[in-house]
Amino acid sequence: MRIKADTGLCVGSGQCVLTEPAVFDQDDDGIVALLTDHPDGQSAAQARHAVTLCPSRALSIPQE
Amino acid sequence: MTKNVADELAGLQLPVERGCPFAPPAAYERLREQAPISKDRLTSGGEAWWVSGHEEARAVLTDGRLSSDKRKDGFPLFTLDAATLQQLRSQPPLMLGMDGAEHSAARRPVIGEFTVRRLAALRPRIQDIVDHFIDDMLAADQRPVDLVRALSLPVPSLVICELLGVPYTDHDFFQSRTTMLVRKTSLEDRQRALAELRAYLDDLVTRKESEPADDLFGRQIARQRQEGTLDHAGLVSLAFLLLTAGHETTANMISLGVVGLLSHPEQLALVKADSGRTPMAVEELLRYFTIADGVTSRVATEEVEIGGVSIKAGEGVIVSALSANWDPAAFKDPAELDVGRGARHHLAFGFGPHQCLGQNLARMELQIVFDTLLRRIPTLRLAAPVEDLPFKTDAVIYGVHELPVTW
Repeated sequence: MRIKADTGLCVGSGQCVLTEPAVFDQDDDGIVALLTDHPDGQSAAQARHAVTLCPSRALSIPQE
Repeated sequence: MTKNVADELAGLQLPVERGCPFAPPAAYERLREQAPISKDRLTSGGEAWWVSGHEEARAVLTDGRLSSDKRKDGFPLFTLDAATLQQLRSQPPLMLGMDGAEHSAARRPVIGEFTVRRLAALRPRIQDIVDHFIDDMLAADQRPVDLVRALSLPVPSLVICELLGVPYTDHDFFQSRTTMLVRKTSLEDRQRALAELRAYLDDLVTRKESEPADDLFGRQIARQRQEGTLDHAGLVSLAFLLLTAGHETTANMISLGVVGLLSHPEQLALVKADSGRTPMAVEELLRYFTIADGVTSRVATEEVEIGGVSIKAGEGVIVSALSANWDPAAFKDPAELDVGRGARHHLAFGFGPHQCLGQNLARMELQIVFDTLLRRIPTLRLAAPVEDLPFKTDAVIYGVHELPVTW
């Protein structure tokens, strides 16, 4: 699966980092930074969960 | 239906009295079953949409056409009178009351202070603080001990003081003023508390501007100077928000979390057996108590369709996070305290761009406090029946005034 992060929408709540630190990070200013945009296996499932938890709808799963 | 809903809510004042002893009032459930979003009459006069469903609450809180600006006409002031509204309009807005680009400009410079990595670096110091206050508890020559005074209030107060660079010796001053602000006291009392706190923080920010230290305000000041504009009033507003929200809410959650665990022995045993369960237990306790209920209100700036209803421009919307967090469509058997349930999608910290800035600091403090308390005082128990505890039904933020514990 592919995952997309909109840094303009991000409000730095860190929900994604708490959910799947193998996929999501925050830069020094708190804004989301993807460690991979193609998570697989368990990471993909966790990344999907992070998408639903993101309060600012900054994360999305583009249709392939 | 509108009339029924109005009748149901007419007598309710936030925060609501909880039954059993923690459940939301039965009216919440009836309203949610009738419609997850419905129009009702406010005790302060006028009407507003009452949002009680989890899905609908998330939709409202992420919709940019719904404004957080309390000064706008139609903003639902559930518990406020006209004089308070006048006062609100004369105050510089806090980040909570801003929208869109203005909100983003106020929030963005601060979120770097609350990243998961930055907070992880604070963990050892927070552990020391928790241990220090538990040492004092254990050394006390009298039991029961009031956990609110001994642990719940001091821990988050000292943590936020160190983060912000506020002298902890001033804790009695800012704790008592904050208590006054969230309590349903007279307008005069609240105005005095607000003015005293702002004057105190104005002085503090002024001192920090002349001698910036290595703390959150030192860094904000350095950043603003680099960008060329020092926003003194904005810094005072930020200090006010972070100091008040940074201790009062966490303190209430520490106390209620302990009540929740000690009054559910089978859940307590699960957490004691494996501290790996604590983070999820914290999420469940946040959901279960939802101490900030009805504090996320909005006013529509244009027509918005949500949950099958049409909200017209100028109409107010009140989100009940407590009702949403007890919505069985989102949480099976919501009345059960179940530390094993995945409750991360609760709305206790709100949702949308205003979601609590300090939520991950609060999570970490709660995890460390519960783990340390249960490990160091494994025989901890309530020294009064749950139903006799003085719950904060007289404050905007739910909690308990005193919590006698023994061991």
